[in-house]
Formats: sequence, C-alpha cells, structure tokens
Amino acid sequence: MLTAIGARSLEDLYSHLPAEVLQRSPLAIAPGKSEYDIVDYFRARGAECGADYPSFLGAGVYRHYRPVLVDTVVSRGEFLTSYTPYQAEIAQGTLTTIFEFQTMICQLTGMEAANASMYDGSTAVPEAAMMAARITGRDHIAVSGALHPEYRQVLETSVRNQGLPVTGFGYDEATGGLDVESLERAVDGRTAAVIIQSPNFLGVVENIKQAAEIAHRAGALLIVAFTEAVSLGLLEPPREADIVCGELQSFAISPSYGGPFAGIMACKEKFLRQMPGRIVGQTKDVDGRRAFCLTLATREQHIRREKATSNICTNQALIALMATVFLSLYGKQGLRELAAQNLSKAHYLAAGLPLRFSGPFFNEFVVSANGRRPEDINRELLERGIIGGLPLGRFYPELEGSMLLCATEMSRRQHMDAVTAVFAAQEALA
Amino acid sequence: MIRKVRSHITQNEPLLFETSSPGKIGYQLPELDVPAVDPAAVLGKENTRGEIEDFPEISEVEAIRHFTRLSTYNYAIDLGLYPLGSCTMKYNPRVNEAVARIDGLAWAHPYQPESLSQGALEIMATLEAALAEITGMDAVTLQPAAGAHGEFTGIQLVRALHQARGNARKKVLIPDSAHGTNPATARMAGYEVENIPSNERGMIDIEALDRLCTEDTAALMITNPNTVGVFEENITRIAEILHAKGAMVYMDGANMNALVGIARPGDFGVDVMHLNLHKTFSTPHGGGGPGSGAVAVKSHLEPFLPTPRLRRAENAWTWDYDRPSSIGKVRAFYGNFGVLVRALAYIMAHGGAGLRNATMDALLNANYIRAKLEPHFEHPHRAPTMHECVFSDEIQARHGVRTGDIAKRLIDYGFHPYTVSFPLIVHGAMMIEPTETEGKRELDLFIDAMISIAAEAVENPELVLKAPHSTRTSRVDEVMAARKPIVRWKPGAEAPGAND
Amino acid sequence: MYPADFHYTKEHEWVRAAGDGTATVGITFHAQKELGDIVYVDLPKTGTAVQAGKTMGSVESVKAVSDVYAPVSGEVVEINEMLAQAPEKLNEDPHGEAWLVKIRLSAPEEIQKLLSAEDYQSYVGAE
Repeated sequence: MLTAIGARSLEDLYSHLPAEVLQRSPLAIAPGKSEYDIVDYFRARGAECGADYPSFLGAGVYRHYRPVLVDTVVSRGEFLTSYTPYQAEIAQGTLTTIFEFQTMICQLTGMEAANASMYDGSTAVPEAAMMAARITGRDHIAVSGALHPEYRQVLETSVRNQGLPVTGFGYDEATGGLDVESLERAVDGRTAAVIIQSPNFLGVVENIKQAAEIAHRAGALLIVAFTEAVSLGLLEPPREADIVCGELQSFAISPSYGGPFAGIMACKEKFLRQMPGRIVGQTKDVDGRRAFCLTLATREQHIRREKATSNICTNQALIALMATVFLSLYGKQGLRELAAQNLSKAHYLAAGLPLRFSGPFFNEFVVSANGRRPEDINRELLERGIIGGLPLGRFYPELEGSMLLCATEMSRRQHMDAVTAVFAAQEALA
Repeated sequence: MIRKVRSHITQNEPLLFETSSPGKIGYQLPELDVPAVDPAAVLGKENTRGEIEDFPEISEVEAIRHFTRLSTYNYAIDLGLYPLGSCTMKYNPRVNEAVARIDGLAWAHPYQPESLSQGALEIMATLEAALAEITGMDAVTLQPAAGAHGEFTGIQLVRALHQARGNARKKVLIPDSAHGTNPATARMAGYEVENIPSNERGMIDIEALDRLCTEDTAALMITNPNTVGVFEENITRIAEILHAKGAMVYMDGANMNALVGIARPGDFGVDVMHLNLHKTFSTPHGGGGPGSGAVAVKSHLEPFLPTPRLRRAENAWTWDYDRPSSIGKVRAFYGNFGVLVRALAYIMAHGGAGLRNATMDALLNANYIRAKLEPHFEHPHRAPTMHECVFSDEIQARHGVRTGDIAKRLIDYGFHPYTVSFPLIVHGAMMIEPTETEGKRELDLFIDAMISIAAEAVENPELVLKAPHSTRTSRVDEVMAARKPIVRWKPGAEAPGAND
Repeated sequence: MYPADFHYTKEHEWVRAAGDGTATVGITFHAQKELGDIVYVDLPKTGTAVQAGKTMGSVESVKAVSDVYAPVSGEVVEINEMLAQAPEKLNEDPHGEAWLVKIRLSAPEEIQKLLSAEDYQSYVGAE
C-alpha cells in the first residue's frame, strides 16, 4: 500500500505537517489491555456502584424493568453500527422504526407530529422554548418552579444569549401544583411560551387545561414537559398543549448514571416546520412501494447553516429504538397495567409517610422528615442496604426538610415497609 | 466487476400498527404485592386517560421478527466499508457494549450517594485525563450530549471568558468549508457569523483571515484537518492572528481521527475544542445517536466549564457544584455516561501506542484510496491527504452523472456511499473516509467498484442514473415526502400491500 | 421566455405593475430551474411591510432553501394561497399562476430601476 502511495514509511504520511505541531513525546496512556483486563476493570468499577441496592430515587431518572428483547434488538449490528439514515434505500430498517416511534409518541402525547428524538428531556426544553419564540414572534419564556431544576438550569444556559428572558412562576404551597396567581402574573403580551411539567418535579399531576387557558388567553403557547414517561400510560395526555417535550428514559433505557437517554418533541401539525431535529416521512420509491426517508431537512443546520431552527445534528436513534421495542412489547394493555402498578406501589409507600403536598401524584411524592434532616433518614436507610429519596434542600431551600421518594414496579413491598419503618422510628425519636 | 454480494433480503414487513390484533401482549409484569388502587379515585377522573387509540398489540415473537426483518433493510459497518467522510465510521468493538451493560454501571442513578458512585466517577475522571492527554488540553468536560452540543458548550465558554473580560464581542469567523453545525452554533450563542474563504489548496486564506479578524471577533471555529481532509499547515500562524486580537481558536474535533498520537491541538494554539466520542473513540452511531461531545479547554477557560466538576477530595471523588464562573448546565446530570464507558474501553484496549497506530492506518487507507482513484476522478485540491479524501464529480458530470448518482450506484456494489455534496466548497463533492478499520482487501473491492462506476458513467450512464437496482427499496421520492409530509401512521392509511 | 412587461432583479424575482398602485411579484423561470423540485413556499403575512432588497420569504427544494427578496417596497396586500397546497406550481408556471404576493407600492419609481426582460435574459444567459 505504501508503494501505491509513493511513501516509504507510515511516518511519511504526516511528514508534511509543520515540525512545530508534531507531537514530541508518545501519549502517556498505558499500553493496550486485553479484553479480559478491560472487562475486569469495569466489573470492579461497577461493584463500587451499589448495583444490588433497592432504591427509591426518581427525580427524572426511574428504575423500570427492561425486557430482555430490547437489548437483543438494539445489539443487532444493522441497528447498532449504522449511521443516520441519509441513504434511504439502505436504511429502511432505521427509517421504519423511527416512523413507528414518531407515531407512538403522537399516540401517547395527544400531539399530531413528533420528531425522531432529541438528546434528552433537559435539552428538549430549550429547543421547545426557541420553537415557541419562532412561532409567536415573542421573546419571553415563563417557566414553572416545579419543572425539573436541572432542566431549568439547562434552559437558562441555552437561551441566555438568544434574547429570550426567562421568568419563573411558583407552585402552590398546599397542593404542590400550579400556583395560578403566580402564573397569571408571569404571563403577558410578550410571553412566547409557558412551560410546565406534569407530573411535576414534586410528583404532582398538573392541571394542564388551566395552564393552557391562561397561556392561550395571552397569545402564548403552552409547552408541557414530562420526566416520567410511564405516566402517559394512565394519565390524560396533554392535548391542550401546543408542544410536548420530555424524557424517554423510563421506556427501557438504563439509568446509566444519567445517560445516554432520549428526549421527545411533539407538536400540533401546524407547527411541524418549526420543529427542530430529524423527522422521518412516508413516501414511495420509484416502483410505487411505500418507503420512508428523512424529510423537511431544510429546517436543519446542514442546509440552512446559521439560519437553522437549531444546531442539533444527531438524534438518539438507538435509544429511541429501545423505547420503540419496549412500547411494542407492552402495547396498549401493558403500558396501562405497568402505569397502574407504579401508581399502586407509590400509593402504598406514601400511605405510611407524612406527605408534604395534597395534589394527586403518580409514582413519586414529597415527604417531610418531621423536623429531621432527610440526609439522616437516608443514612439510616443506607445502613439497611436501601438507597432512599432525594433531599430537596439543594434545589428548593424552602423544602430543606423534605425529600422526594419514588416507587416503581421494581419496588418490593418489604423494602417499602423498611422505609416506612425508618420514618416511623425517626418520628418516635422526634 | 461486481465482486461483493448484492442481493438484499426482501421479506415484507408491515408496520407494528398494521399487524396488531386486540388482546395480544408481549410482556409479563410481576405480581402486584401491594393493594391495587383505583386510578380514577387517586388521580381524579379528569386526569385518567382512556385506552391509547391504535397503540400496537403484538406478541413477543411478532416483535422480534418485526425488528429483525427491519434490521435486514439496513446497511451497517458490520456488513462492510462505510466510507462516510467526516463521520468516522469505524468498527465498534463489542466488549465496549458488554462493559457498558455491567449492572453497577448501567443501573447507577445520577442522584445516588457519591459513596456508592465511586466506580462511575473513577471512570469519568480517567477518561477526562486521557482525553486531556490526547488533545494536549488542560481540562475536559464530559457533559455535552453530542458534537453539536459540544460546539455550543465551547462557544458559550468563549463567550463567558470574553464577558468576564468586559466585552462578549460580536462575531465568530467560520471557514466556508465548515460543517453546518458551526454557523448554527455560533448563532445560538448570540454571535454573528462571518465566512472566511478557502484558498486553492483547500486551506484558510490567511490574508482574508488577517483582514477579517478584529477586536470584535470572539473566536474562529476551525476544523483541522479540515473537511477536505487537509491539515491547515498555517495553523500556528492562524492561532497567532486570533490571539493577537484577544480572540479564541475553537477546533471542531470531527476529524480528530487524523491526529490522535501524532499532533495535539493544545500544542498548536487551540483554546477550546470538542471531541466526537462516537467518531474518534468508536462508540456506535446507532443509526444516528447517542453520541457524546466532550469539550477540552486550556486553563484560561476552565473556570467557565459546566457544573458540576469532578474533584478529588481526600480519598474519594466528589462533584463540585461551587463554580461561580460556570456557564451553568448544558444537560441534566453529567453527560452520556454509557457512551463514556465505551470510549474509555476503546482507549484502554489501544493504549497510547495503539491509538497512534490506528491514526497511521487511517491515514494510510485514505491515501491509498486517493492514489488509486486519482486517475479516474477529479481531485480538486493538491494538498496532502490526511484521513479522508475529497473528489469532485467533474469528469463524470460531463456524461450527466453526478456525485449523488455515483453514490446510489455504489450501493449496488455492496457499499455504503461516501458523503455526498459536502463540503460545499467542492462542486459535486465525494468525501471518502475509510478509517483504520478496513484492510486492503475491502479497500480494493471499494476501489474496483468506484473505477467500474467511472467506466459505467461513460459507457452506460443510464445504469448509474437509475441506481440502485439491487436494493429492496428503489430510489425514494424525497420530493413527495417534503411536499405533503406524512410523519405518522394513521388508521386507514395506505394498506401494507403497497409494500409488495 | 421572460415577459417583456415584467421587471426583474438579479436575485431572480420578477415584478409586474398592475397600474393601480399595486404590483405582482414572483420568482423567475431561471430561479425555479436552479432550485429544482420546489416543495415549500414561505410567504409573508398579508399586511406585512416589505422593503426593496430585503428578505420577504423563502422557497425550498428538498435540499436547498433560497431567500426571496422584495423587489419593491410596500405593503403585502395579497398572497398566493394556492402555493401552500401546490408548491409544484412554481416549477410549472412561475411567471403566471404561481405568482407569490401582491404589493401596494410605497415607492413606485423603484420598478424602473430594475432589469428589463432583455437585460435579465442576458444576465442569466451570462451566468
């Protein structure tokens, strides 16, 4: 090969680089390891991460059982090792599954169009906000204090330099749901979008109709976000929203210390051309057979460059495929039953604990530690081999003495009873 | 001449919704060990949905057949050379998949106690250090979810630095050969975009740069090697021009596979860059994600990195949120951890010397393809090739055959096409990146295919223009898809028979 | 090819004065040919004030977007609704049925500064 090129050595291939840019010393990275050594290293790291602990953490990342078939499908090299389906003739596999994905996202959310997925739930929120600003020609964003605090931080980082001021509105101290007066004060004729989350970060199911009415009365769009996708199996979808975005992690995607996940973005049909990200459409091939291809690409950065709807390039195809396989296995009946199990478990756990809010909740809720530090309760649980809830003080100073607990179909009764017992013991001490 | 297998499996497969029948299920839930609650009672009737209309109902066997059949409609690296320029479609080692699925790593919750997360934190810290060493930079954040997201993070860092110095500045300079994400990113960070022309060697026009770079310039976004596969030989001079005006050099690391182990951006004046772990470090593309867009910076940009940062405290790793100058968060939690695990496994398998060998093999393969195809296709830039080569369709266009047609004909020869019509500065571009994955045999098959198509373009252009001929799906009508967008299935829509 | 009673811009728009203070605007045969199959047309809303030389909309093919510049200044009084449903008409009849907008002219003299059919023909011929 070197002869064909007219080079004498491999080093010749970069000898044209200016001498001052060439690396002088070899990379200080240990010599290559065998497969066994690599597996051994990561097993040891995994063993340091509490794999066998039952956990009551939710807060945007949920423990749901992952049917084996999900990994079977996504491990197929044809899905795993292919690129973005630009060449439709040899990518119908990926394109068809994305079309199915988009359809199921519409069915679940009550929206009319969905894209091929976003990076995750947190990054989908600013994309939805920018989309609303383009549609309305307005520039103010009103965001709920009960939106996942990390999502809110991502929103602020993302729109900071785009002239889209973000104002917050609060949650109701008693119910944990929307504070209607606070929302009404936050919305005016400049508001492009109102952003709420349901169930919200405090676990409470929001009154979407009411939020929509307030947003729409002011000529703003309503964006509804979600972090717990399984709730869509049971909860009335946010049909009154204009844009829905959220996190799919609950659909058979490993918690994986926070990623990779996949976000969704769905909207009313009339906003389709303002949506960011990849979109798959149905068409025909020259022989008249049904076929699918990436479409409406003129919205995207590789064509419109600095005038694109977003700089987003990739979607999360393989993660979206996990969700697609998961949804096809659970289907109409299973998703509802799964959601109902989550509901039952969470209400069983909540029954023995001091709830902080009165609003309806799905599978997570806030409890007061009754004058104790939630961290102390967690420490006690940890001694019993259980990971407790998320102390809320780091995000909500006013909820310093509270924690967010989550139960799913993977939560066993005996562990829930242990949590209740630790709380009860604390009460007795107090 | 066609030496690779061309036939594709042609089983038909309807959509999930079309094979559904009421009552079929593909799941089992554990028995409920607590009393069942009535959803309408605890959630309120108004909050409880009826059945999800038209949602699929299929069995487990139907599910696996459905997805397996669909998978056979895809081309993949596992099937052969995937020479998409700028995409670095290299082999995805399966050990990486296995280790990412180790229980403790796959089931780690981002909010679980740090004392129970040390393994995850150790992996991230080790990867940060390795990427800093490879790039010659001082600090790395693993938070960005993808390349474009890394770009956005990087430019936000630049903006934060300028702001801290009292003036955020107005514009970002971008060569006309750049990826579309660069200008889109600069715009999202609130900057105006100014294009810099390329010279006849495909490199940045230094005089134009010198003229355009002012005190208003926040940064130059440069890809090196650039999108024509050429190393910017004046890179140190370019960095001097930017730095003299107080501006930053941002490097798009899309083409880092050409440099690992032989040159480090941190040594040639780059202030901030992103890496595509799904390109250079072999994490699978998965049909378009997930990726990871780690960002590496020099120390003057370190205070602005996203929160939280990993910090070594006594004998353990901890997350440091006390970062007053930080731009904030660009993504919830800490990044695409599962992708990071795979990237580290790749680096460990290669080691320092192995990484350098991989780079040299990538250069060798690209130069071999260039040498073999140069007699048959126009190669517009004379400059030496690094990891990818860019031809133009000029010779074939005389017969009415364009880059897009040659690409479709390559499919008949059993290959995925190269990158079509990019970069924009080459008319009718054919951008070929073989990566180090390929051996001579596969490269020769590809070269034979290209030479054969060049002959067909002269002798039988119709054959090329109507390609592909051997695929299950013939040329797809993208115009129809865009004029009347159908982006979801609806009941009563086209019967599956249309697939026959 | 290019009607003699139209005026043209170097950005490939045409304008035809109606004689009542309004003018019809479209894109030229050459413009649609360069773009290829047109899939979408983005037009300003009725009532929008447009300024000569400034973007007023765009025309899209599958893989390209082309801005449409207002050839004359004024207020958009009518848009061609048909194009939303049938963008392909722009390929079929760009100088007739597939006009884009009608503008009430605020500076009618601007039209005279534009290219004549003959000038435009030689401009695109020389491209």
